[in-house]
Amino acid sequence: MPEINRRKFLLASAGVGAAGLLSGTVAVTWPELRRAAIERPLAEGSGVLVVVTLYGGNDGINTVIPYGDNAYHDARPELAYAPVDVLHLDDQLGLNPACKGLAQLWKDQRLAIVRGVSYPQPDHSHFRSMDIWQTASPVEPVRTGWIGRWLDATGDDPLRALNIGAVLPPMAVGEKHTAAALSSRANMTSPARLAATMTALGADDPHDTPAMAAVCAAYRATASTEKTFSSLGTRRAVAGGKGNALATQLDMVAKCVKAAVPTRVYLAQLGGFDTHADERSTQQRLLQTLDDALSWFLREMATDKYGKNLVVLAYSEFGRRVRANASQGTDHGTAGPVFVASRPVKGGFYGDEPSLTDLDDGDLKPTSDFRDIYHTLLSHTIGTDPTPSVGAGRRDLAFV
Amino acid sequence: MSAQSAQWIATARLLRRMGFGASGSQIDAATAMGPATYIDQALASEPDRDPGAASTPMPQFAAPESPPGRKATTAARRQYNQQLNQQMSELSDWWLSRMAAVQQPVHEKLTLLWHNHFATSARKVRVAGWMAAQNQKLRTLKLGDFHTLAYAMLTDAAMLRWLDGQLNSAKAANENLAREFMELFALGHGNGYTEADVRNGARALTGWRIRRDGQTFVVPIRHDTGSKTLLGTTTDLDAAGFCDTVLAQPNSARFVAGRLWQQLASDTPPSDQTLDRLVGAYGPHRDLRTLTKAVLTDDEFTNNPAAVVNAPVEWLIGVIRTLQVPIDTPDRLKTISAALKILGQQPFYPPDVGGWPRGQVWLSTASAGVRMQAADKLATGGDLSRVEQASPGDRVDAVGYLIGVGGWSDRTAAALKPLVGAPAQLVAAAVNTPEYLTS
Repeated sequence: MPEINRRKFLLASAGVGAAGLLSGTVAVTWPELRRAAIERPLAEGSGVLVVVTLYGGNDGINTVIPYGDNAYHDARPELAYAPVDVLHLDDQLGLNPACKGLAQLWKDQRLAIVRGVSYPQPDHSHFRSMDIWQTASPVEPVRTGWIGRWLDATGDDPLRALNIGAVLPPMAVGEKHTAAALSSRANMTSPARLAATMTALGADDPHDTPAMAAVCAAYRATASTEKTFSSLGTRRAVAGGKGNALATQLDMVAKCVKAAVPTRVYLAQLGGFDTHADERSTQQRLLQTLDDALSWFLREMATDKYGKNLVVLAYSEFGRRVRANASQGTDHGTAGPVFVASRPVKGGFYGDEPSLTDLDDGDLKPTSDFRDIYHTLLSHTIGTDPTPSVGAGRRDLAFV
Repeated sequence: MSAQSAQWIATARLLRRMGFGASGSQIDAATAMGPATYIDQALASEPDRDPGAASTPMPQFAAPESPPGRKATTAARRQYNQQLNQQMSELSDWWLSRMAAVQQPVHEKLTLLWHNHFATSARKVRVAGWMAAQNQKLRTLKLGDFHTLAYAMLTDAAMLRWLDGQLNSAKAANENLAREFMELFALGHGNGYTEADVRNGARALTGWRIRRDGQTFVVPIRHDTGSKTLLGTTTDLDAAGFCDTVLAQPNSARFVAGRLWQQLASDTPPSDQTLDRLVGAYGPHRDLRTLTKAVLTDDEFTNNPAAVVNAPVEWLIGVIRTLQVPIDTPDRLKTISAALKILGQQPFYPPDVGGWPRGQVWLSTASAGVRMQAADKLATGGDLSRVEQASPGDRVDAVGYLIGVGGWSDRTAAALKPLVGAPAQLVAAAVNTPEYLTS
């Protein structure tokens, strides 16, 4: 369950305090978004960033596959894809067979693959590593996320960033501001005859403890959020197919962008990538979900006047060990590839491919720092000073 | 605006943390007894002699047939899956019924908390008999010493299946179980173990297999008998040695005590001084009974009311218990498990090895509607006589007594007042107030 995964990581996140997250969340409704779109529409051709988080630690080596390297086949005799099954990108690397849409984007030079991405001294814990990616602070835990710090630095409009789902991931939380949230859950609204009660229960009381205040804040957000779905109509099947959890979220994003909602950063996610055993079928199914959702979404956006400069970033908290374990799976590893895709992206490889033989205790040696990717996207797609998010001295990878 | 004494309100909160909701009359009795006596009696009570437990015996499951092979027909696969799902659904219904039926709920509550600590999901395990056996171990060992509990979990069939332990062999170790045991079960992230410790720990855990009946055993040829260095000790470690070595780390006691605190007492970690006291109570014998009592009697717990956002199971079972809603019909059980699924907490199905989240994430805008709708349905099936018999002017206080809330804030009293003419709606609203959703 993707939403549960995000809740989990939210809590495990050492830096981001449990208090205040939801109460600081601005829940928005579709009518409000439409009003915002009319009052202060997104300028045509604005850069828009969509961040897709893949929870669980996606196996990068079986995603961007070094099929031309004998060391790959030697390290994972039962897990390796035969060269003939791989979607070739060049004479060394190819995409997982599930990534046909991404392979087409590559041919169209609209897919950038940053290779060997991690950070110094990679952490093998799901919970800590995801925290590092989302706070962009590898050395010490901090209370704010990289998108949250951008929000803090750039004004008051709560719609600058929008999370799909009612619970915010750590990256969306700043000191003063958080991303707004649009719930992706459809049914189960409260009985109409209790609506007035919920509104009344949303009032703060001076004797409330923080936990009680959070209940009230949730009621304030609920009343408006529930109206959203019928008008959004997100429950219809989209091109990614019924049950494609990511496509459902990206469908909501597409509706917002097409309506000129003034949001510059959208957050979506997909979970389930922790493949210690029987990896091939599980990972291939998940990559298929990702590929279906992304290719459909990017086609929609490429021809839209507001979506034509939208960029998608897809990343996971770590890659996996080079050598397979004895259970047709892989254990937690370090570096992995990051995808950046869409019309304005300059396709190609960025960063060196990590060696499969010169390893750090069985793990890939990272060749790229994820903060350089954030730096590049903030500078060019969002057009902002990246320093509050990623600090000074980062490198521009120039993929966009 | 408090209808009850401060002592009554404190006792109500204690009962809610030790169980699932609490009614006014239960709180009256516990208040008369005093909190220390109540805690002692509850923890000392014999779970199997509880009439509610006797009336809801755990179902027994025959060992499943061997899984269909690669050449099995689709129909054979479907039938096999149906059997597994049917058994798991029976087991899930049983636990919900048990939680609702027992007179003294502390044993069910602690079993649920330790299930969350050693989070194992039937989504992957699938075999109801194994999940039931793990549940039985948790309920038997939850007030014993942590070492016995931890080792039982490390070699448990459902756990081995969940974290790929039965696939972990000398040929190429699978690190899943060793890593999560140290990170999430016994030591804590960043508490002094290295990646080399994870790998050597995984080697110590090689060789385990599971029989279809749920017995686990070591196949010597699959076990790595080489010398391993774990946390500074070098020997030919096996699972028992691994467990001993990890638990012997000084950080282990602090981790275990802190985790139980955050499940029982508060959504936030204990202060250093409190944690020192809890570790002292846990002691060299890793005594979970004295630790549990220390959490429930600590000043930091007592002085910080409403510090926990009630998790969905606490909330829903609490509503069922206090309103005495009969749940013995398949229809009602279905409603309950559907609500828990949407709210995000189905027993036997934690979302991942880290267990369920906690805190205000339970209060998403989506869950508010679900809770209100579920309460609306349950209230109409419950015993509301206490509210119905009160005069309209007394009903706001009467519903507080019924569900164990000793005093309403002005905000909540004002919100409830318009509903006094409709007892079922009044009760549905009352169990969704900030006062009832926190403890």
